[in-house]
Amino acid sequence: MSPHPPRQARTINVHIQGWLLALPAIVLLAAFTHIPGIATIFDSFYATPHGKRPAAFVGWAQYQTMWTDPIAWTALKNNLLYALITVPLSIGLALAMALWVAGRIKGRSALRLAFFTPTILPMVAAANIWIFFYTPDYGLLNQITRAFGGGSVNWLGDPSTALPALMAVTVWKEAGFFMIFYLAALQQVSPTLYEAARMENAGRWTIFRRITWPLVMPTTLFVAVNALINAFRVVDQVIAMTGGGPNNATTLLLFYIYQVGFSFWDTGYAAALSALLLALLGLVSMLQFALLGRNVHYR
Amino acid sequence: MPKRPGTTCGRVTQVLQNILRQNRTRLQHRFAIMHSVDVRSVSKSFGTMRAVDDVSFSVERGHLLVLLGPSGCGKSTLLRMIAGLEDPDAGVVAIEGRDVRGLTGAARGVGMVFQSYALFPHLTVADNITFGLSVRGVPKRDIAQRLERIVSLLGLEPLLKRKPSQLSGGQQQRVALGRALIAEAPVCLLDEPLSNLDAQLRLELRREIRALQQRLGITMIYVTHDQSEAMSMADRVILMRSGQIEQHGSPAQLYEQPASLFTAGFIGATPMNLLDLDDGPHGAVVAEADGHAVFEGPGRGRVLGLRPEDVSVHGINGPNRFHATVTSVEYLGAEAVVTCAIGRRSLQARTRGDGAPPVGARVGLGWDAAAGHVFDAESGRRLSIQTGTVSRPLQLRTATNQESNCA
Repeated sequence: MSPHPPRQARTINVHIQGWLLALPAIVLLAAFTHIPGIATIFDSFYATPHGKRPAAFVGWAQYQTMWTDPIAWTALKNNLLYALITVPLSIGLALAMALWVAGRIKGRSALRLAFFTPTILPMVAAANIWIFFYTPDYGLLNQITRAFGGGSVNWLGDPSTALPALMAVTVWKEAGFFMIFYLAALQQVSPTLYEAARMENAGRWTIFRRITWPLVMPTTLFVAVNALINAFRVVDQVIAMTGGGPNNATTLLLFYIYQVGFSFWDTGYAAALSALLLALLGLVSMLQFALLGRNVHYR
Repeated sequence: MPKRPGTTCGRVTQVLQNILRQNRTRLQHRFAIMHSVDVRSVSKSFGTMRAVDDVSFSVERGHLLVLLGPSGCGKSTLLRMIAGLEDPDAGVVAIEGRDVRGLTGAARGVGMVFQSYALFPHLTVADNITFGLSVRGVPKRDIAQRLERIVSLLGLEPLLKRKPSQLSGGQQQRVALGRALIAEAPVCLLDEPLSNLDAQLRLELRREIRALQQRLGITMIYVTHDQSEAMSMADRVILMRSGQIEQHGSPAQLYEQPASLFTAGFIGATPMNLLDLDDGPHGAVVAEADGHAVFEGPGRGRVLGLRPEDVSVHGINGPNRFHATVTSVEYLGAEAVVTCAIGRRSLQARTRGDGAPPVGARVGLGWDAAAGHVFDAESGRRLSIQTGTVSRPLQLRTATNQESNCA
């Protein structure tokens, strides 16, 4: 008699429908991201189980081991250095390339494609190309340095050049991808804004600093967060190119986790390292959103 | 030191001074200094399309010139060449008597308001207005003073801290105007500045811009496709058509003496009625209609133009020139636009709003004999023929179909 029961039923129905629609994503996210993530944190408080001996609760013991593990510190230091250098470098390069191919130049489609090509290569393939560049004696880089009278450098074998060599691969691969985002952002900026700036006799640098840069700031934030997360997830090229050597010069956090977990089968310690990585990434992205968010102009 | 013409030194000085004086007068003759903007034989093509085709005109200092025309007539391109955003293929632009080739915007003494306002979305109103000054390194105190002046002039005080996205269209327009005016350049260019606003606001800002221009005594060049905007604001109007000047004159000249069929059709809220003429026994008559001779002489190949307000609607038995049927009435309050069918063509008349006949009524149409405009049908140019000059007594006459078929 009253109209309420059907309306209530309908509201419930809508909720069920909503949850049903979200269900596939929830299941996938939970099964492969959230549950393993939480399980990892739990596991980090247990010792690694062996054949007959089940995992025992050890409290903070794994974290204490980590505190005294010099390789963990090296990995962390390497990784921070890796992020500190590759992130600004690939962002800067991406923006420079985008500014270049956004202009009215001949063959810009070909240029855009060329810049984007590294992105479509699988990392392992790219790593193999770069191994050839870096090979001592007959590698491309050494052939060039020798043509100019320089000596042969073992790029991947020397602890002082191995990490920068890996950084170069990352920058080369990521800059083209980030360029696409900048290109899209630049095309969003109305050309009359540049004309208005030209009417005021603003120079190219002034236009970039006072108009273009602030207007692509949301993209910079997005790209920076992604680049930073990627920098802490680097593992493929380490495996393909150096195996963490020489003398752990290229051991990065994720690679070390992989080594501890699947080479040494110390899954408890690997879980603790993973928890550290997880905490680190969460902190970094929160900080970045908070800091950059203040100066970001959202249209 | 007194000059001694006898000595070598004195003679050299004199010669140099003479050369300088001659050059100065030559320069002044080149671009008459009374003119704020001089456009000389300017052309611009985009690919094969000639956007602006050998256009010359000048604007007096303190005048408001409107560049009027349908879209694609080249008026915006012309404005952009005056602004320096576009380089002409040929010709010279001079601002305040100075050839400004190679300079843009502020450097040539022009400010500009864009159709889309082009406000910087990440800057506050204050920063938007002072952008140019700060780019050019004007001292901070000077900037603050000028900002205060321009802001009070435009009534923007409460909005200074806002971002453009927090402003209404009219407010954005004022900010854009402020940005163009703060440098106190002698010339201000406006590219369809009101086309994104609603009708009421458009009327308001129209008056405001005109008042501001007169108060500051600056030269304005204003681009629009709206003839009513042009008529109500301008000192001078240039009507453009496919890259060329169709007519250049005061609003009244364009309205009362349209130089061509194009001008006649473009100027006026209700366009001018254009009727083909034909030869009649006593002079030119309106083709395919019953009516008197309009003027003495041949009518074929000529067009009669009648403003709707010059056409009067009477009862069927009045002193009429045509008999017609009312096909539609557009009631506007104070007045009404009555569309009548004469044979197969239609003619519009303005009447008082309360005096409009009903649709379907048979009416007689008359007009002040001297009010007609005559044009050559082929070239579209105005002919200097005075209508209403038929010497014989007027008599009703019916144009036969045979005659019109011959045409």
